[in-house]
Amino acid sequence: MPGLRTVNFRRVVILLTLGWLGIFVLLPHLLVVLTSILTPDADHLAVWPLTLDAYKRVFEPIYAEVFWHSITLSLTTTIICLLIGYPFAYYVARLKPVWRALLLFLMIIPFWTNSLIRTYAIKALLGKKGLFNEIIMGLGLSDAPLQLLYSDFAVIFGLVYILFPFMVLPLISSFDKLDNSLLEAGHDLGANAFMRFWHIVLPLTMPGVVAGCLIVFLPAMGMFYVADLLGGAKSLLLGNVIKNQFLVVRDWPFGSAFSVILIVLMALMLWIYFLSNRYVQRQGGLDDENL
Amino acid sequence: MKIFKISLVVLIFVYLYLPMAVLVTNSFNKSKYGHEWKGFSTKWYEKLWDNDALMQAFSNSLTIAVLAATLATVLGTLIAQGLYRYRFPLKKLSSGMLFVLMLSPDIVLAITFLVIFIAIGIQLGFWSLLISHITFCLPFVVITVYAQLKDFDRNILEAAQDLGATEWQTFYKIMLPTLFPAILSGWLLSFTLSLDDVIISSFVTGPGFEILPVRVFSMVKVGVSPEVNALATILLAISLILVALITLILKRKRLA
Repeated sequence: MPGLRTVNFRRVVILLTLGWLGIFVLLPHLLVVLTSILTPDADHLAVWPLTLDAYKRVFEPIYAEVFWHSITLSLTTTIICLLIGYPFAYYVARLKPVWRALLLFLMIIPFWTNSLIRTYAIKALLGKKGLFNEIIMGLGLSDAPLQLLYSDFAVIFGLVYILFPFMVLPLISSFDKLDNSLLEAGHDLGANAFMRFWHIVLPLTMPGVVAGCLIVFLPAMGMFYVADLLGGAKSLLLGNVIKNQFLVVRDWPFGSAFSVILIVLMALMLWIYFLSNRYVQRQGGLDDENL
Repeated sequence: MKIFKISLVVLIFVYLYLPMAVLVTNSFNKSKYGHEWKGFSTKWYEKLWDNDALMQAFSNSLTIAVLAATLATVLGTLIAQGLYRYRFPLKKLSSGMLFVLMLSPDIVLAITFLVIFIAIGIQLGFWSLLISHITFCLPFVVITVYAQLKDFDRNILEAAQDLGATEWQTFYKIMLPTLFPAILSGWLLSFTLSLDDVIISSFVTGPGFEILPVRVFSMVKVGVSPEVNALATILLAISLILVALITLILKRKRLA
């Protein structure tokens, strides 16, 4: 490559980095914030003058209701993932390496399998003639098939199904970092199992908990295809609203306003994540100078 | 207590695998409605093969995935080099952007991509899909490659410099061979990510170039179509192979 040799490698790398990330990451994010304070326009999508109308509309009763409903669904999903995932991650992290590797492998396969297809798979479970209804009726628990699909239940079931690995993987890595000698010390000093959990295990795995919640809660609100396939007319997620504003109603400022709110929520959760990380490092004996 | 532990772990794996098992079984079921076993058949695979629109979308998806993974890997490897070896203005901002890219919910990224493509006048279709797929794969490549760079002995770079190697020579004679496992697993990760993405693709796609997730989404919204079961089984097999490959590569790297 004689042509390349004359070009400074360093300059190429730096230019590519700043160029690509600037044009396709930084600039678009700034444009979304700008769009959210522009005026919607049928022909040009968004025009001057600047206005806060979109943000006012977010708090109108109909949208506020959808917004809160979506937050409730995502929050329920996050809590369920955490409640099942926390003990699960604890057990997996303490298994023998071979078993641990095997279970992790089994965990990662669904993680990398098309999530749309997996959502569709749930339809086959929850449908009127699906496996669940057959089991319920086979056991004589109900005479008629239950309406499981197209409900909040189905959406939460689907979200937990898709997002569970996202909760478990950071939890496992934070359990890995947990220093066993701290638990032994706690034991020697007379702490019972509950006290050891409350004062040692929980605070030290907090970064994993926050990271898991962060990458479950926010994406959950955006997964419009889960709500489209499994939810009814009322089980909308924020993602459905945003998608409709962009692709159907074409009110870009309004859709952008919702997504700016998501960005702000993300920033807030990241801030909590850094705080909890710093707390853990301080507890672990590191001083602030090292951070 | 032990029984409780084991049953929790078993139940979770049943939950994770049951829907997929049902899909795979249905894909070989003669019956159209899948809730009753009517004998083994590969007719849905034949129907899938004959479904031109679906096969076209599949091949478009593979094209985008291969190109996006390759370009994201090249770009990501270079960016990781830059972040590891050089100091430059706005370096912190750049790694911040990679962080944002990785953590932003897909729906937010989808909008940012749509807005920038409209703003700079890139037509929605092949190019918008390719650019956005490259971009959302980037942080995963950078992180994989950077993680391996951290174990790299900086003295080797200095030695190369002292012996008169140019930056390009250092890159392809020293860096590339050392980083090969990380680069390969970065490529595989990107390939799967690209093949899996639904949310971003449905925003930046155009009528002229349809890819699989978008096509499947419109199909399954209408109703159950057994060809989708066959397709799902094939995709499942692909991701199984890829995950196995990544695991093997990373394991060998650790042993080396």
